Parts: sequence; C-alpha cells; structure tokens
Amino acid sequence: MLTIDRVSRSFGGVYANRDVTLTVAEGEVRGIIGPNGAGKSTLFNLVAGHIRAESGTISLAGRRIDRLPAHARARQGVGIVFQGARVFPGMSLLANVMVGAHAHTRAGVVAAALRPPSQRREERAIRAQAEDCLSRVGLLDWASRPAEGLPLGQQRRLQVARALAGLPRVLLLDEPASGLRAAERQELAELIGELRRDGTTILLVEHDVGLVTSLAERITVLDLGRVIADGTPSEVTSDPAVIKAYLGTGASHAADR
Amino acid sequence: MTELVAYLISGIALGSSFALIGSGLVVVHRVTRVVNFAQGSVAIVGGMTSATLLNGLLPHGLGEIAAVVLCGVLGVLVGLLAIGRRGTPPLISLIVTLGASMLVSAAIIWLWGQDPVTPPGLEGSVTVLGAEVERQRLLVVAATGVAFAALTLFFSRSYLGKGLTASASNPFAARMVGIDVRKMGLLAFGLAGILGGLAGVLIAPSNPLSFYSDLPLVLSGFAAAVFGGLTSPLRTLFGGLGLGVAGQLTAGYLNGSYQTEMALLLMLVIMIIRSRALVQEEVK
Repeated sequence: MLTIDRVSRSFGGVYANRDVTLTVAEGEVRGIIGPNGAGKSTLFNLVAGHIRAESGTISLAGRRIDRLPAHARARQGVGIVFQGARVFPGMSLLANVMVGAHAHTRAGVVAAALRPPSQRREERAIRAQAEDCLSRVGLLDWASRPAEGLPLGQQRRLQVARALAGLPRVLLLDEPASGLRAAERQELAELIGELRRDGTTILLVEHDVGLVTSLAERITVLDLGRVIADGTPSEVTSDPAVIKAYLGTGASHAADR
Repeated sequence: MTELVAYLISGIALGSSFALIGSGLVVVHRVTRVVNFAQGSVAIVGGMTSATLLNGLLPHGLGEIAAVVLCGVLGVLVGLLAIGRRGTPPLISLIVTLGASMLVSAAIIWLWGQDPVTPPGLEGSVTVLGAEVERQRLLVVAATGVAFAALTLFFSRSYLGKGLTASASNPFAARMVGIDVRKMGLLAFGLAGILGGLAGVLIAPSNPLSFYSDLPLVLSGFAAAVFGGLTSPLRTLFGGLGLGVAGQLTAGYLNGSYQTEMALLLMLVIMIIRSRALVQEEVK
C-alpha cells in the first residue's frame, strides 16, 4: 500500500533520513520507533508532504506521491493525525470532521455554490459519515461542541475521526500517545486496536516502545536516520543492534521494557 | 427630526458601502493574513464600469451585475499577484496589493479620465418618516442586507465556505485534510472583488467616484474591518454603518468639509481601542 524507497533527506549537511526503505502492506499496522533524533519525525513529514525528499520515491497504492503538495497527498489517501492540537477552533466537532469528509468528494465549484439536489444529498451523506466517524472514536455525544478547549486526548481522537472521514488509504499517526495521561493512553491504544481490526492500514510513529510493540504487526527501527531493524515486535526488541542503539544513547532503557 | 432621519438614512447607505468593502478585507485577511489595499480601487472600477455599461450597452440590472462580476475577476487577478507565489509573507503581499491599487488607479485614469463619474441609479425619492430619501439609498441598504445574508449562508452552508473557514481557522490542518489553501486564498480575493464591486456599483449613483476616491473608500472599509477585529463580517457591518452615520451627522450638523476628517478620526479611535484585540488575534 505505502512504499518508501531509498528516501534521503538532510538538513545542513546532516542526514536526518538516509536510504530509508520500507513497505507497509494493506491492512498492516506498522510501527516506527527509534531513539531521539533517529529521524522518525522527518520520515513522517516526508510522507505527509511538509518536506520533500532529496532522493528516493514514496508511492501510495502504486502511484508516486513524493512530488505532490501536502493537500494533494491528503486527497490521494494520506490521512494524518498530528501530535499537536491541529483541530479547527471555532468549529464544532461535527463540522471539523465534515471538512475532512469533504476533501474526498469532488463537488465542483459551481455545484457547491448553487447547491443542486444531488449536492444536498451528498451533504446529507457526508454528515451521516462524519457522525459515524465521531462514533467510532467515541465522540458522537459531543458532536455539537466547539473543538477548542477539548482535552488533548480527545483532540487527538477528533483528529483520528477527521482523518477517517477522508477515507484514507493509510493513516499516519505522529506520536499519538505523547502528552497523554495513562487512562487516555489506554483509550488510544484501544482505538488503534479497533482500527486495526477494521482493516485500516496504519503507520504509527511513536516514542513509546511499549505501545508500539503491543499494537504493531511489524516494526521498523530507525537510528541516526537509517533503518537498523525491521521485523515483528519480538524480533526487533531482541535485535542486538536495536538494544545497542537504545542503550547507546545512555538515556533510555526502552528496549528492555 | 426629518433632517435627522435623512442624515441617518444617507449615513446608513454610505456605511453599507464601507461595510461591503470592509467585509471583503475581512474575507481575505481571515484566509491569507493579507490586508488587501486594492479593495478601494476595485470598488471604483465597479462603479465606473457600471456607468459605461449602463450608457446604452446593457439594461439596468444586467449592467450592474456584469460590473460586479468583472470586479470579482479583477479581485482574483490582484490575488494572483499578491499570493500567487507560494510562501510569500503577508507583509510583502500587502505591499503588492498597494502596488496593484496604484496600477488600477492608473488604468482608471486611462480608461475613464480624471473627472468623477456617476452611473444612473434608481430615479426619484420616497418619504420616510417625513424625510425625502432618494430611492437609490434605500436600494443600497437593501442590497447590502441581502449580500450579508448571502455571505453568512455561504460560510455556514457551502463546502467552499467551510473550506474557507477551515483554512482561516488552521491553514496547516486544512492542508492535511486535502484543502488547497492557496486556491482558497484566491477564492477569497475573488469574493472580496465581488463585495468591493458591489459597493462601488451601489454607491456611485449617489456619491460620484473618481480615481482618487480609492483611499477614502479603502480606509473607511479598513476602519470598519478593524472594528470587526479583521475576522468578523457581522461586526464589520456594524462598524461600517456606525462610521457612515457619524460621517453624515458631522456633515449635516457641523460642516460638510469635516466629513472625511470625522471618518479618519473615528478610524484612529477604533484602531487604537481595537489594536490590542487585534494583536491578540494574531498571537492566537
């Protein structure tokens, strides 16, 4: 589904990603882990389209997306959930999700302005779909509330609903557990587990190794911009190179968890 | 009493045009963070084009609509100059709109000359609460009401309106859900052109326009927009109306030549009072 092939990107002569290659199969949950500065965020931003790769290609469902601007990638099926609060303040939860759903409908400018019956039907369908997405993340009861002022965990779930409404081919989650309280973290893990059961293809970039090993089918480990291991959770956590990378930083014993 | 009613109604009519111009500034600023100073010149092009078209080329109604549509196209062209290049900082875009405004003023002198132009409006007058009121002024008020209702519906109901709102609310996240924020910016410039053109077309029959009317128009519109925090079309409407009424009352009871000074003074007061709120919006 998502193929990243020998992608490199440097900042000021230092490679943040070097020859990163990985393939995420349809319906797979792929974890990306690595110590601080390993290049996880760079990889995320390369796929999302905030930065461009200097070399290498990224394809989604067989079509290259690495030269498309971010909004066009979203339309191709890259669904994004950010670490930060990236909801639309001043709009209700339902309106937030409906904006996500609109992106994949292609009602033309004129049709949207004149609102013929077909477009009204589409609007109803989008509303129903948005409500469905809100209910999947457990926020349907809050649909008419404004998006600002939501607790962080719910803001992230709202982002998941918004991304799902765009019918993504692959869902990118950037450090979804960061800053969450234990209970919120548990809820998030359950949500990702449910998405996995529904067959959603997910790329999970996450600092919390425990969370990734419990959710991902395969894990790619980055260190200093390179892929140092790729395999099932038990394979990578027992990989000497991975243990060395984590212990080598001196700060984290995450691999032992 | 009748005097007061007459001043109030002409003030509301003039203020309506400020509100239309100001809401154009708001629509563009919300999405692009650019203050579009070409907005006044676009309004004048609207008034002058309608004068030319109504001079035997098109009947009433069609002529005005054609002029407004042309202003929408002109708005998009200004937008292409100002934000067409990806990553242009808003301040640079603002300077570009100032340049575009001068360019349009030059074109106005070239096409229509330097003298004030006034298109034919609605003939005759009616009596409101004992005061003689030109029917054109009532038309301005009614058309502005319809325009603001349409604008509200557009933003709350249509996909494009929601796309504009989302782009204004969080451009970064808007891009992530597949909205082309640059295209939305151009759309906002086009919408501003339509609103500015509408203002010009409506006001020109009772207030003749010439190439140098652009600055008073855009400054009054800007004051109205600042009253709305550069984000709220509705508060811009009230700001514009207040400014128009204050100007007419000054002209009526004090001296006609103080009218512009009064508008400028109010604008300064509004800007000083509202500037803190404005900075807070920016920080958010």
